[in-house]
Amino acid sequence: MIKLLGILIIIIGFVLKLDTLAVVLIGGVITGLIAGIPFSKVVEILGKAFVDNRYMSIFIVSLPVIGILERYGLRERAAYVISRIKAATVGKVTALYLVLRTLAAMFGLRLGGHVQFIRPLILPMAEGAARNRYGEIKSEDHEAIKGLEAAVENYGNFFGQNAFVAAGGVLLIVGVLKELNYTVGALDIAKASIPIALLIMVVGSLQFFYYDKKFDKKYGIKSKSYKEISKMDKGGIGDA
Amino acid sequence: MLKDALTEILYIMMGIVSFYSAYATLKEKNHPSKIATALFWGILGVIFTFSRIGLLWGNKNIAIPNIYVGYMVILLTVLSALKLVKIGKFDESTPKFKEKMSQKIGNSIFIPALALGIVTFIVAQIWTKQLGSLVAFWISTLIAGILALIITKGKINEMAEDGRRLLELVGPISILPQLLAALGAIFSAAGVGEVIASGIKTVIPEGNILLGVIAYCVGMALFTMIMGNAFAAFAVITAGIGIPFVIAQGGNPVIVAALGMTSGYCGTLMTPMAANFNIVPTAILEIKDKKYGVIKYQVPVAITMLIIHIVLMYFWAF
Repeated sequence: MIKLLGILIIIIGFVLKLDTLAVVLIGGVITGLIAGIPFSKVVEILGKAFVDNRYMSIFIVSLPVIGILERYGLRERAAYVISRIKAATVGKVTALYLVLRTLAAMFGLRLGGHVQFIRPLILPMAEGAARNRYGEIKSEDHEAIKGLEAAVENYGNFFGQNAFVAAGGVLLIVGVLKELNYTVGALDIAKASIPIALLIMVVGSLQFFYYDKKFDKKYGIKSKSYKEISKMDKGGIGDA
Repeated sequence: MLKDALTEILYIMMGIVSFYSAYATLKEKNHPSKIATALFWGILGVIFTFSRIGLLWGNKNIAIPNIYVGYMVILLTVLSALKLVKIGKFDESTPKFKEKMSQKIGNSIFIPALALGIVTFIVAQIWTKQLGSLVAFWISTLIAGILALIITKGKINEMAEDGRRLLELVGPISILPQLLAALGAIFSAAGVGEVIASGIKTVIPEGNILLGVIAYCVGMALFTMIMGNAFAAFAVITAGIGIPFVIAQGGNPVIVAALGMTSGYCGTLMTPMAANFNIVPTAILEIKDKKYGVIKYQVPVAITMLIIHIVLMYFWAF
């Protein structure tokens, strides 16, 4: 039981909002020492795992590209394009992204990412849709939109990925079960993961449409009535 | 191996972005914490670039020993904990300029942004076996970068500056995912998982299918929340709970295991330990609540999905 002390330290540190990096490091070192691993060995494990997991920080590589596109107005353009679709709402934009992101993950496509898609494209689109429909919104609601756009990327990515036969999770399941003397096929695991992929599209979308309702009620709808909207939509979204 | 060498190029590119931050910080005149900030990004650049540099030409013996990397990581953490890593001043374009350029460039500005994802996909589809997706990622970044320079007619030093701006916006928290992975490694070495699995085992009665299913799904979610990673949780909880309390009672192993893994992902949505999904995005999207700004919106969906998992496993696997 005493081995769990490190976990306790981390939980307390998070609750007290202490520096996250320091809390994690101290929790790890203490766990190692309690388990009887010498300090120098703990530092060595720390260094090895840090190097082995460098791939987790690959988003850093794409920052210069996203950065220069932002300098030249990528986010403004994304907001502009969506503002021309009068029927767009935060919920519809986000739910559409959820469906596309989940399907992409199900087919093993690496299309997505908070750096590559959400910040430069999807968030500005949702913000543009909100501005269009409600005018200026309160900062707490702006924070909610940001939170939802961060969440949608995770929903689609997590619950879609295992429907792809070569996904890391699927291969891990096959490997672990084999170790435990159960032989299962990767394709069967992928098939058994399809219902969850479909269900996240429904559950996630319900959340996004709930926020549409909430915002509609709070701000009233500032854009034109539905009939006029559907007429205008037929014009398409070309350049002005 | 060619794949290892090409993957190393990715890490060198990450190192270059970090080194530029260190260099620009040192060059800045009135930086609030010049030496410590430059030291932070400089050390991180060294770890990215040189920790396994020998792989570039196939000699895995030319590397920084893990123990030195470990001490460097400790130093990074200390610099961050003492709040010595500060954001510098950037040469950023004005909102007016952005508005003007977005009208002038038009929709073609989307081409490089979409190229990032699409080229990765194409390269990965064709050469996945030979190259792996990490190599595809840097190739697509390079192509997207060139496209971005052509389409915006921007300068390469603007690109360097913008990379630095976004990196420093994320700040020291950018090393958290790797640090948490290291924590997971220490937990495994210390045998933390076995302690938890045996703890859960003592509280569930044998012979009750529903309780077994609940224990497995909730156990996956909870242990994933602690480890920050469902993969780490899966082997331990499946061996400790999934097999004896669900599969051994007649559950279909394929369905039980598939749903067990995604039950873990419900936990991933609820934990700050999954930093690259839940914490780093708060920095990337400039959300004010740095710890729970994403998680608090994910919790209701995660709990709904977890209940769906339990119901689905109970009725579908038996």
